[in-house]
Amino acid sequence: MKLETLSKKTVVRALNSDGLRFKIGGFNVCLSSSVPAVAEHLLCLYGAFDVLDNKAFIDFYTALEPPSKLRRFFRPQVNFSFDGYFPFKPLPYKQASAMFEWGLNWCIASHSHQYLIIHASVVERNGQAFIFPGTPGSGKSTLCAALVSRGWRLLSDEMTLLSVSDGCVYPVPRPISLKNQSIDVIQDFAPDAVMGAVFKNTAKGSIGHVRPSDDSVALDEIPAQPSKLIFPKYERGSNTVLTPLSKSRTLLKAAENCFNYNILGLKGFNSLSNLIDASDCYEFKYSNLEEAVALFTDLAH
Amino acid sequence: MKSFQQPILCTVLIDPQLALNFNLRQWDLLIRQARSANLLARLGYLFESVGLLNQLPAQALAHIISAQAYADRFYISLQREISCIQEALHSVNAPLVLLKGSAYFMAGNIAAKGRLFSDVDILVPEDKLPAVEDALMKAGWMTNTIDPYDQKYYRQWMHEIPPLRHLKRQATIDVHHNILPKTTQFCPDANKLSANSVKLPNQNIWILAPEDRVLHSAMHLFHEGEFAQGLRDLSDLDLLLKEFSTQVNFWEKLLLRANELQQQIPLFYALRYSHQILQTPIPESVLEASKQRINTTLMDALFLRALLPDHDSCNDKWTGLARSLLFIRSHYLKMPIYLMVPHLLRKTYRRVLGKELH
Repeated sequence: MKLETLSKKTVVRALNSDGLRFKIGGFNVCLSSSVPAVAEHLLCLYGAFDVLDNKAFIDFYTALEPPSKLRRFFRPQVNFSFDGYFPFKPLPYKQASAMFEWGLNWCIASHSHQYLIIHASVVERNGQAFIFPGTPGSGKSTLCAALVSRGWRLLSDEMTLLSVSDGCVYPVPRPISLKNQSIDVIQDFAPDAVMGAVFKNTAKGSIGHVRPSDDSVALDEIPAQPSKLIFPKYERGSNTVLTPLSKSRTLLKAAENCFNYNILGLKGFNSLSNLIDASDCYEFKYSNLEEAVALFTDLAH
Repeated sequence: MKSFQQPILCTVLIDPQLALNFNLRQWDLLIRQARSANLLARLGYLFESVGLLNQLPAQALAHIISAQAYADRFYISLQREISCIQEALHSVNAPLVLLKGSAYFMAGNIAAKGRLFSDVDILVPEDKLPAVEDALMKAGWMTNTIDPYDQKYYRQWMHEIPPLRHLKRQATIDVHHNILPKTTQFCPDANKLSANSVKLPNQNIWILAPEDRVLHSAMHLFHEGEFAQGLRDLSDLDLLLKEFSTQVNFWEKLLLRANELQQQIPLFYALRYSHQILQTPIPESVLEASKQRINTTLMDALFLRALLPDHDSCNDKWTGLARSLLFIRSHYLKMPIYLMVPHLLRKTYRRVLGKELH
């Protein structure tokens, strides 16, 4: 059963009692929260995901709750917890839903060393996965949102899960997180894209989330073969330039963008070099999204 | 006596075969409890040792593989850290005795499997402390504790100097000259421990003798004030006892040694609770011989709660109180009242002023 078929009342009740259980790719998540905005966030952005019954194995038990009732009226706060453990300091109450996204990123990145986890968005077309690693500000999420709005399948916006055992990329097609000007850019580029509430004054500025396409969610158990590894760089006013990058340079650059390269050691090195051997590697400079999408669509033929 | 509700994690630590009949909800709870007890990687090695790893449901297996990947990385770092310490202390004319996790690791004990920890603990003779500290500082370790009161507290009363952290690797080393604070009523004679320690073949590293390793683990756990890792430590004892019990006269040596080091009470608790919680096979005669004149009704009520995983599913309404009482007990054991009261007052005062973070 899809999450969006539930009424808001049902979602709120589940969040307030044992938690709402749902499936995102290979991960089963349980979220409990007394924060009303969280229900809206889920219904708007996670509507296409399947809800689970209470017989399912849950990977991550999460909760968003105010740390103290006393502060309800004075600068209210919210805490993220993972099965009783609090990995972060509290944030302003209004940022609860954004905190869920960050918290779940942390849960996956810290407890999924069966994958080499690359800080990269990854999308797929014609069976080919395009991986866009990127430091903050490189425009990887913007590019990812643009491609998904034109029919590419979203595997992940924030982290590429490369299986250490079979070398495939496994999907976690969660909402795409856009920052500051990117929010307007995508609203102009893809007026039909569904966007959740915008969270202002977060540590990363303004944050908005784009709902993953229903097709991407429907295929969230199907891995993809890596095909291209592309380092994007948004530069105001620049032409659309795709430059091949040597495999050795790519390895060094990509290793810097992994969350758990140091933990996986030799396995991490082997996985990454296999990925790079099997992929075409480029650097990519752009400012025009239409041109970027056209170029990649051509490349995926 | 507390009616003992066995957590699912203990059931599996006792007999991993039972997990094969679990449904997914039970696996879910097992993984949660194991993670909160820092025993997830050890659980993996346990399944591996009985050949069950490939029969686990995929969802549970993923968490175990992830924890084992982390543990494998940890062993590499630990090995390197021990080499660095060895090199740094090369010029100091004193045997380097490793304690606890590092010792289990270097000795190849089963208790090292899936045991993750943050500090390397070493034991050196008290008169060699200045030379050891000097050598470590020259090799890049620095003290974390700059507060003069804390420095004095450690050096005057404790069994170790303030922890040292390596500037580049950020790894911490605890340098001990004894294994319990000097102020403890039954503080063992550190010379007796060193005299009985064993040298690792082909290495310039020493570890405590098997019976002393058990006693140290017991002393540590049953003088402890915080039990977030209580079950992990009890599982160490369980594994050490199982491993050493095949050695000739081990149990006799253990009981004798507890008398020599005046550690009969920690040994009694260690045997009692590893037997009760993890069903460690201990001969009836040894359990009988280790008995002490102790109010077991009260201590059972405390330890049979505090030694369970620190997870919601294992707590009852008395767990919080039990943990608090044991915290107070640990201070009482470590220091006589006339030292403890001014110390705690001072700590509280400084915390109120915001000069202490914990």
